[in-house]
Amino acid sequence: MDLLEYQGKQLFERYGVTQLPGRAARDVDSAVAAAEAVGYPCVIKAQVKIGGRGKAGGIKIAENADEARGYATDILGMDIRGFTVHEIWIQLATEIEDELYAAVVFDRAAKKSLVMLSTRGGMDIEAVAAEEPEAIATLHVDPLVGFKPFHGRRLAFEAGVDDDVVVPVAELLAQMYAAFAGEEAMLVEVNPIVITPEREVAALDAKVTLDDNALFRHPENAALTDPSDIDPQEQMAAQRGLTYVKLDGDIGIFGNGAGLVMSTLDVVTQAGGSPANFLDAGGGAKADSIVAACEVILSDPKVRAVLFNVFGGITRCDEVARGLIEAVRILEPQVPFVVRLDGTNDVEARELLANAALPGVHPEATMDGAAARVVQLARGAGA
Amino acid sequence: MSIIVGTDTRLCVSGITGREGTFHTLNNRAYGTQVVSGVTPGKGGQDVEGIPVFDTFREAVAESGANTAMIFVPARFAADSILEAEDAGIATIIAITEGIPAHDELLVFNALRLNPNVRLIGPNCPGVLSPGEANVGIIPAQFFKQGNVGVVSRSGTLTYQIGNELAQQGFGNSSIVGIGGDPVPGSSFVDVIALFEADPQTELIVMSGEIGGSAEEEAAKYIAAHVSKPVVGYIAGVSAPPGKTMGHAGAIVSGSSGGALAKIAALEAVGVRVGQTPTKVAHIAMEILGG
Repeated sequence: MDLLEYQGKQLFERYGVTQLPGRAARDVDSAVAAAEAVGYPCVIKAQVKIGGRGKAGGIKIAENADEARGYATDILGMDIRGFTVHEIWIQLATEIEDELYAAVVFDRAAKKSLVMLSTRGGMDIEAVAAEEPEAIATLHVDPLVGFKPFHGRRLAFEAGVDDDVVVPVAELLAQMYAAFAGEEAMLVEVNPIVITPEREVAALDAKVTLDDNALFRHPENAALTDPSDIDPQEQMAAQRGLTYVKLDGDIGIFGNGAGLVMSTLDVVTQAGGSPANFLDAGGGAKADSIVAACEVILSDPKVRAVLFNVFGGITRCDEVARGLIEAVRILEPQVPFVVRLDGTNDVEARELLANAALPGVHPEATMDGAAARVVQLARGAGA
Repeated sequence: MSIIVGTDTRLCVSGITGREGTFHTLNNRAYGTQVVSGVTPGKGGQDVEGIPVFDTFREAVAESGANTAMIFVPARFAADSILEAEDAGIATIIAITEGIPAHDELLVFNALRLNPNVRLIGPNCPGVLSPGEANVGIIPAQFFKQGNVGVVSRSGTLTYQIGNELAQQGFGNSSIVGIGGDPVPGSSFVDVIALFEADPQTELIVMSGEIGGSAEEEAAKYIAAHVSKPVVGYIAGVSAPPGKTMGHAGAIVSGSSGGALAKIAALEAVGVRVGQTPTKVAHIAMEILGG
């Protein structure tokens, strides 16, 4: 789960990270009150999980209450590359003498946490890594040992930060690592860390990705939501306990097992189609969960045809066929279904489908054949 | 011969008294796996259809001579159970549990790394099947027979799909190993491919990867340097959008890393033939083995 910037800042606060005074707001009046409280000049920032906020006009500096009101009115409700702004963050502006970059990353390849520090703050760090890798100081942290004070000093000296701020920078890194480990994050990134003319060190930004699998241990984080990021189908699927990802296309996909569903998306794409979703019904799917899955798939108005691709291991194909027959009777879909079932009890499943003789349900023998058929049907429906 | 599980496997199941645990334990026993014990704290002294249950792994090892553990407990208890099995001297730990927190997996991996005698397969995997010898996990064994193709995969159902296509072409398997779909698997493609390379029964290796991480790229490097047997690859998720987790916790393209095309390119660059679909993987395998 990606947090909004202000949610990340609030999480940092629990770890003592030095930050500039700021407040979140969801309406214009509270935005003005927030600006009055933090002081002027203040920065008003749109809270959306997409880059390029500044270019889109989602970040402004207000010198007084009237400007704060004007900018808050402009930014709230603004659309930034498909994301509607529902929340803004108002923060005291500061003079900046220097900018640093710091991150703690869950390094899957090394099986350790990776801590990074660079004096090339405020820039695209992937570009820095490609062009000037020596400008980024890195070290791996063994989770059995944790992040020790010498780690912070080593990074600060190796990155070449000014001597007078080595101690506060090292301390900030330790706090970031504590937040990363304590909240079970996959990523904690601050770009930039600023050094003010008064030589104060503060985190100006907060990018945090949390591990969804660990949210049960962090109820406070589990409750964080992002109103600009809720897709109606994804919300519906979550309520029904289904693993669903919304995609751009018009072919609904139902399958079992993450790998097989990913493979199904690929095969449909290779056949010239465009999948509308990823849906993994999981192992041992029963009739009622299949009806629920069809409901979610069909609620997407873009869907013109649906592909069922199931390989039965624990999942029994006859159970899937029963669920599909029930779904068609209850939901009366207006789009065709292509069904390919292999594995446990597939013979019974094919018989059930043949006996039900549902119009608009087309059985196919192979995965590749089913993909070609559903693409053809989706095109036909559009003609 | 086979790898990881076989006729000398003596299995102890953590979570044997749960509904799913009982069901799959009995399936594994029915297949011929020697299931010698189970562990459920507080239920020591009971039995599951004649399989003795112990309170701790230490007791299970001492009393039943278990050398392999299957972890079937819920995610919040799984890391603890894996560490308990290792502490009791179990050499092979196969973790089926899905949804284990990534930081738990990181801790487990780094703790187990200190013990050169232990191997963890999974978590979030379907287990290991050596046809005709032993089945530990949830792989539907009826689709597979003994043979010379070793399969290693991050996905369960995709493994069955590819394995079934191979079976339809007349091929059997030495072992089928699910390494799981999580960000920190206990064993990587490299670990399992090394075992297949050393296994005399295995003549061809099929590896099925997916988006996320760099395990496939690492496998490509390893294959180029150390593997003499032919390898056929498959990578799922070519059409997956960046930034979205596709079902498996580990299946995510992050920024410029973890994409399917880079993995395919890395494998092809070292001579691994990559099938565009599961069916094509079976066809390539057939061509190589001359079926």
